[in-house]
Amino acid sequence: MCSKVTKDQALEIIGKYEKVLAIINKYGKAKEQLLSILLDIQCASGENYVAEEWAEVVACQLDLPISKVHDVLTFYAMFNIKPHGKYVIEICKSTPCHVTKADAVVKMFEEVLGIKLGETTPDNLFTLMHTSCVGACDIGPVAKIGDEVYGNLTAAKVAEVVTSYRGVSSCQK
Amino acid sequence: MSKINKLISSNCGVIRPDSVEDYVKAGGYEGLKKAFTMTPEEIISEVKKAKLLGRGGAAYPAGSKWEQLLAIPEFPKYIVINADEGEPGTFKDKLLLSQDPLRVIEGMTISGHVFSSHDGYIYIRGEYRAIQKVFQSAIDNAVKAGYLGTNIMGTDFEFNIHIMTGAGAYVCGENSALLNSIEGKAGRPRIKPPHLAEVGLFLMPTLVNNVESIANIPTIVLDGGDKYLSYGTKDSGGTKLICLSGNAVNRGVYEIPFGVSLRDAIYDPEMGGGVPNGKKLKFFHLGGQSGPIGAEAQLDTMYCYKALRNAGLSVGSGAIVVMDEDVCVIDYLKGVTEFFIHESCGKCTPCREGNKQIYAILCKLSEGEATKEDMAVLKRMIDTMTNTSFCGLGQSAAVALNTCWKLFKAEFEDHLHKKCPAQVCFTEQERGE
Repeated sequence: MCSKVTKDQALEIIGKYEKVLAIINKYGKAKEQLLSILLDIQCASGENYVAEEWAEVVACQLDLPISKVHDVLTFYAMFNIKPHGKYVIEICKSTPCHVTKADAVVKMFEEVLGIKLGETTPDNLFTLMHTSCVGACDIGPVAKIGDEVYGNLTAAKVAEVVTSYRGVSSCQK
Repeated sequence: MSKINKLISSNCGVIRPDSVEDYVKAGGYEGLKKAFTMTPEEIISEVKKAKLLGRGGAAYPAGSKWEQLLAIPEFPKYIVINADEGEPGTFKDKLLLSQDPLRVIEGMTISGHVFSSHDGYIYIRGEYRAIQKVFQSAIDNAVKAGYLGTNIMGTDFEFNIHIMTGAGAYVCGENSALLNSIEGKAGRPRIKPPHLAEVGLFLMPTLVNNVESIANIPTIVLDGGDKYLSYGTKDSGGTKLICLSGNAVNRGVYEIPFGVSLRDAIYDPEMGGGVPNGKKLKFFHLGGQSGPIGAEAQLDTMYCYKALRNAGLSVGSGAIVVMDEDVCVIDYLKGVTEFFIHESCGKCTPCREGNKQIYAILCKLSEGEATKEDMAVLKRMIDTMTNTSFCGLGQSAAVALNTCWKLFKAEFEDHLHKKCPAQVCFTEQERGE
């Protein structure tokens, strides 16, 4: 029976496999580098998540049981095991931001993006989420996108931030 | 006279963070130079004289911790710096990591010399990925300039620093959980004893210090423990980085000598500058989410370990979150408890389930559905979690609730009768407006 995978799809899978292997090799296949390896794979995925097949590759390359990789993936808040938007907008909900009106910021993003908290825009560009403290309480309320933190947010600033990410091509890492 | 004393933050915002040249010009590496002329015992003696208490929150005497590790004969010994800083309201380590990483690196190198260690690890939280790059650049430049790596400053001492990343887990601020995370595992706390000084990273003797603690070491070595002690009180030497956030006019990090008052920290124009928009201060949260809550009557308490402890408060991580009169105590505590539900590692039942039960009752209070029986359960939950949780996270998760309970009993009672003084809970109709 013929495979349902086309040549282009096969090349894409090989490309991704090589990318994942390169990340693992960069860290010398060291078990203690598991978090860094998984964070890099997540960033390189383009969909901000670690797919099951890549978790298996990591387990195999690092000579770890897959359960250990799952344990780490589900323990730490920064890992996603389902696809997300290219840019994950995380709004800090910790109390210093809460008392400086973080709830209003969630509503501002919901309005600009046309989605609710926890959802992804139809073009898969943005996912809107809550996060714990990002250590920027002096400029609360704040939102984090990738490594960037945006503070003292107002409706105008929220609109400006979203616009700045539209049309940006690469992972900002 | 200024109440700010820039002892360890003097380079911040002044020098290029990763420039060894700038750091040396500002007096950097003089501490390490002097350390090479001293024995490990002499250095530890100065740290003890300085009465440096651990700045991460636990306030354990650093000199004693170092002394215990020195007495252990096994090698290799590891140096681990805790830069997880996940306490909401705390961003003081971020200042040092991003603006004066070489001070942290110098402190680590001195401790490496004391314990004849070859490897130091700094565990920087995943949320600080941008800072990790700055720190790596500072490490690389220190190696190039001969202050790190092999033959440091012409000696035969070799010391390397490795950055390890977190990935979003508050519990990794707990030292044993942090070591598990560095080893590439889920960051669940370990059973103690054995203590980390004996069985730490990769099961070897390990020193775990906070970023701010280690940043003090070059100054203590250079100026001597007695001088360092003189900056603080007779029980705790030196200065403290405090972080003001919430409803404060000037939010930010300030370095203060121990001994100024809480009122100074919150109201002094050089520091907090008071509460914005002419609002009244209602309460403040000290030391992070696991810290106690205080009210106006405690504002004249001296900001030092002993006086705060006597007043039922604590220094903790150095966080001071200010809340104005528009903040509802119940709504605030819901936020605190939600945080602990999210961050509990789930290993022990009191913490995993207790936080959920507390949250459910706080929700009932904010919806006007709570009963007096619920209040009794709440009290029992506080006692159970505090006394039976496995690690510091669970044991301290109900501290804010417990202190609020004592300070704002009337507000809890009000909510039982569908009244919210801050007008946050219930609908306008329910509030009878």
